[in-house]
Amino acid sequence: MQLKAENAVKEFIREGSGTNIFTAVAESNIILESGQFTVLTGRSGSGKTTLLNMLAGLLPPTRGRIMLDGTDLYALDDKRLSRLRNERIGVIPQGQTAVYSLTVIENVLLPFMLYKEQSSEAEKYARELLERLDIAPLANVKPSELSGGELRRMSIARALIRRPSVILADEPTGDLDDENTRAVFEFLRRTADEGAAVLTVTHETDAGQYAHRLMRMNGGRLEE
Amino acid sequence: MQSLAVKNLKGKPVRTAVLVTLTALLALGVFAGTVIITSLRSGLGSLEDRLGAEIMVVPYEAATKKSFENIILQGSTGYFYMEDSLLEKVKEREGIGQLSVQLYLASTSSGCCSIPVQIIGFDPETDFTVQPWIKKSSTEPLGKLDIVVGSDLNAFVGDTLQFYGVDCRVAAKLDKTGTSFDTTVFTNMETIKEMTRASLERGLNSFKDIDPDKAVSCIMINTAEGYSPDEVLNDINLHVKKVKAVRTKEMISGVSDSLGGVSNVVGVLIGAVWVLGAVILLLAFAMSVNERKKEFAVLRVAGASRGKLARTVMSEALAVGITGSIIGIALGLIVMLPFAGAVEDALAMPYLLPPAASIIGIACAAAAAAIAAGMLAAAVSALRISRIDTGVILRGDN
Repeated sequence: MQLKAENAVKEFIREGSGTNIFTAVAESNIILESGQFTVLTGRSGSGKTTLLNMLAGLLPPTRGRIMLDGTDLYALDDKRLSRLRNERIGVIPQGQTAVYSLTVIENVLLPFMLYKEQSSEAEKYARELLERLDIAPLANVKPSELSGGELRRMSIARALIRRPSVILADEPTGDLDDENTRAVFEFLRRTADEGAAVLTVTHETDAGQYAHRLMRMNGGRLEE
Repeated sequence: MQSLAVKNLKGKPVRTAVLVTLTALLALGVFAGTVIITSLRSGLGSLEDRLGAEIMVVPYEAATKKSFENIILQGSTGYFYMEDSLLEKVKEREGIGQLSVQLYLASTSSGCCSIPVQIIGFDPETDFTVQPWIKKSSTEPLGKLDIVVGSDLNAFVGDTLQFYGVDCRVAAKLDKTGTSFDTTVFTNMETIKEMTRASLERGLNSFKDIDPDKAVSCIMINTAEGYSPDEVLNDINLHVKKVKAVRTKEMISGVSDSLGGVSNVVGVLIGAVWVLGAVILLLAFAMSVNERKKEFAVLRVAGASRGKLARTVMSEALAVGITGSIIGIALGLIVMLPFAGAVEDALAMPYLLPPAASIIGIACAAAAAAIAAGMLAAAVSALRISRIDTGVILRGDN
């Protein structure tokens, strides 16, 4: 499995600014491969999240292509791209993300629920993930009762539930303490070791010790 | 596992209750308003049917004092008489096709009468206005001291009612007409004359010196072929003194005009309720979707297509619409059916609830209107949410 950005550029139009066009990600090339844990660091506003969203099929690049095993993501229509993301790309978004009307286990099973593919096997795996992430006792509570760290772990479980070949994590340890941060990085590293291609965008300087590959974004430019 | 839309609705009970209440009020307003308009129209149609004659000839004073119109249209009780010699003069006029007389009497609330009602006597030999619809309730010919009671009177077939000491048998009970006839007692000439005589003997009749055998209250006329009702009416009014010929259509036109006015007001109110409801639902859905923008972004991240997001919002609107409509229509049925009499009294117009099939039709249409308002309101939010830029919503400030 290979997910790559080919000369991907993202520009935004800024109203009221002199030049009007702001380049969030300059021409970038990156290849994510199975079994590899890539850590991308950089300062705030350097374009890390924008690059991750482009790789996730959530933000079309202004120029260039995002290829998943030879398929240009943005050449697909929205329905097919969404289905592909559902099955093959697990995204852990920045911040605390949950559907608050669902319980924790339902949030984890959301990718299955969207396509009415829930099964006892899926539920068993969801409970296993919650166990591994140390939030199993919270399976049946609503997200509003969870702490920031617990919400983050729930998002990780949701991203992994379909056993995707690519995991894209945006600041997965944003509001976690040191112990939890370490646990999350170890978990993501283990997921990569089990065969997934994992990219983590983070501010954490210590993250590098878990990575197979460390990259840096600087003013929209990708540096190895 | 329940659908995401249902879970979203259950997960936010207050928001859902507000949306359901709004839809219920919308459905209730449209249903109740439409039932009122339909019942008024159906009451007017029923009144036109029941009057059944093109021209009615009454004593001049009865027409000028409006006592005649009040009996027919308002359900007041009363009576008036003219000598039967006037009947002969009317009969002599040209262009008369069918002609039949009626004799009126009103019972009192004193001990001699079971109930105070309007009593109308007709001549079974010549009658062409009352019998056609009496026959719908009873095919039995009326014998002496037999009466037929209107649907709103508290009497049943086989009961005995007393009028001025005369015991009468209830031979039939009429179907509901939504008019003053629902509180009227009908009988043949022989019986009403006996009642009138009894009222005179007891000194309970305002007309002290009338002879029931030589008096009539109203002459019902249908014109002969080749003559117009206006022609015959003018001829009677010109050549027969002490009487007034009235076109039934004109008599009803006042009611019809008022009904038109009421219908327009109710129609405008229905429209206003619908538009207002739709606008409030639009705002409610917009607020709800805006509040959940990040949740929709999560759904996108998890693999929901733009179409799926829109369908989730629309499914929520449909579930709210169906639940709200059922509640609204149920409330409407609880209010409009048992309290039809109160509505009739409040409007003081002929009011006849449409048949069950029509009420079901109106209920379905009202539910459809309420659901459509909700769906339309939600469609705007669904369109907005289907266009969200997930990347931008999820993009932090780094």
